[in-house]
Amino acid sequence: MATADVEVATKPREAAPTAVAGRPRRRLRPGRVVLNVFLIATALAWLTPLLWSVYTSLRPYEDTAVRGYVSLPGELNVDNFVNAWNQAELPRYYLNTLLIVVPAVILTLTFASFVAFVVSRFDIRLNLALLMVFTAGNLLPPQVIITPLYRLYLEMPLPYWMNDLGTLYDSYWGIIVIHVAFQLGFCIFVLSNYMKTIPYELTEAALVDGATVWRQFWKIIMPLCRPALAALATLEFTWIYNDFFWALVLMRTGEKRPIVSALSNLKGVFFVDNNLIAAGALLAALPTLIVYFVLQRQFVRGLTLGATKG
Amino acid sequence: MAVTKPAPPAATSRRRGPRLTRRDKLVLAVMIAVPTLLHVALIWVPTLLSVALSFARWDGIGGLDTIQWVGLENYRQVFTIYPPFWPAVQHNLIWLVFFLLIPTTFGLFLAHQLDKQLRATRIYQSAIYLPVVLALAIVGFIWQLVYSPEQGLINNLLGRTEQGNLIDWLGNPRINLWAMLIAASWRHVGCIMILYLAGLKSVDASLREAAAIDGANEWQAFRRVVFPALKPINVVVLVVTVIESLRAFEIVWVINAGRNGLELLSVLVYDNIVGEASRIGFGSTLAVILLTVSLAFIIPYLVVYFRGGLVGREVR
Repeated sequence: MATADVEVATKPREAAPTAVAGRPRRRLRPGRVVLNVFLIATALAWLTPLLWSVYTSLRPYEDTAVRGYVSLPGELNVDNFVNAWNQAELPRYYLNTLLIVVPAVILTLTFASFVAFVVSRFDIRLNLALLMVFTAGNLLPPQVIITPLYRLYLEMPLPYWMNDLGTLYDSYWGIIVIHVAFQLGFCIFVLSNYMKTIPYELTEAALVDGATVWRQFWKIIMPLCRPALAALATLEFTWIYNDFFWALVLMRTGEKRPIVSALSNLKGVFFVDNNLIAAGALLAALPTLIVYFVLQRQFVRGLTLGATKG
Repeated sequence: MAVTKPAPPAATSRRRGPRLTRRDKLVLAVMIAVPTLLHVALIWVPTLLSVALSFARWDGIGGLDTIQWVGLENYRQVFTIYPPFWPAVQHNLIWLVFFLLIPTTFGLFLAHQLDKQLRATRIYQSAIYLPVVLALAIVGFIWQLVYSPEQGLINNLLGRTEQGNLIDWLGNPRINLWAMLIAASWRHVGCIMILYLAGLKSVDASLREAAAIDGANEWQAFRRVVFPALKPINVVVLVVTVIESLRAFEIVWVINAGRNGLELLSVLVYDNIVGEASRIGFGSTLAVILLTVSLAFIIPYLVVYFRGGLVGREVR
């Protein structure tokens, strides 16, 4: 599958539009009209829940209380966003998330590149077994391992400068390493397939020139993997950002939790009405929505590169 | 699949083992060992511990010496006297079947339609896969706004917001699972659509043209030519869908902590490990049941996928 996927990745999408332009203009066929109408309807239906949240979040609670939720607005403003931001101290939770996501993505990609490089460029006996272990591990539901993991985290001592509690439990380090361990499988899978498509003559030539293994990795293979790494970074950012489960179980202090996990705590304490909940949820989703609007192509490429998802 | 056909130069370059220096070998060993140790220690060791603890009784408060080995007692209790277990199994099964039948089929259908070189195809695609970037927990929040009994979109449109005639989409155990399934599908369809769109791009265009010349209509061409060519993607989609169904957790968690009609195996595992009534052995038993079902899908998938690699080796 990798050949096809990499083709998708390396060959820009422009291929399709040129094919269209090359053909004579189609006549307006009834089938096409029906199809377009259907797709417009579907696209609108798909956007409805999100647009509804945006609409709700922009209306003051008093306005919806008087006129009802499905009504023309008497007033639209961003007060709900301001309130959610201030009352729930959202900046703190964004910062918590950042402390987890950035190191986790960097470590995952670094380690995954290491393993992918070795299994794709060298014929060591354990290649296949390694790939299977990592891929299978990535596919396990997190709940399968959570019981012993929770106990291990409680028992594992950590210096106090790393965590006030002195355990891996309730620490950012703990959340970061479990993300790295879990996400490695997907990234190794994608990267090793990608590296296999890089011609062997390249590293062969370097070897003849006396380049070390590390030099081959760092100077030849890694620069060529930039497109795959960019796509994976986008995808992993989104997935790790979106985590709810690990921080829910492996952290105790609500104020330390990343924003997606913290949201359910904040609800009920700070977010009392649907308008405020809508604003809070949208603010929490904002970074991933930005990724979607700015890096859409990278995101899709990442998914299709692996054609498998953790 | 790249694994199925290693390029011939690969074979020659792979035989250069002796040319590696000792330092090179050390570097390679470290590159493999550090990530592997991390992964095994945090994923596979706990998996094995889950299996071991499923035969034990332990409240997790006392030391390791307070663990009592009880054989299959936990399994017996789970299957016979643990009330939420069978509802959870049933809900997981419904989740799985629904996911396979509805969003997966619809995602494939949309991908097939969007692959027809429509002018606005990118716009349609963007709208439909937008939910894929959202966290499942946030999907739960967003749909709460749609389903909420008095303030929600649906009941307001239906005019059923008064006490007495309102529909409690999330509270009524007879309908809340289906409401959740629709919310989860909202996200899943986009994911499946992306995968199939990539798959369709790799289907040889000449195959379709040949089918068209032979006078096949769209449905025939799809069923006989396109769908069989999508086999590798179908396998991936199957695994993704099964795993997503077994992992379902946060979307029901944010609605009502997975109770009252929304019990799932993943939630039961969670319920048994935290809090004062922590029952480590019992929770592990539930985890092992989840593990068994997952592996029943993961292992065949890995065999199918990596068999290509094995064949390639034999040829060499």
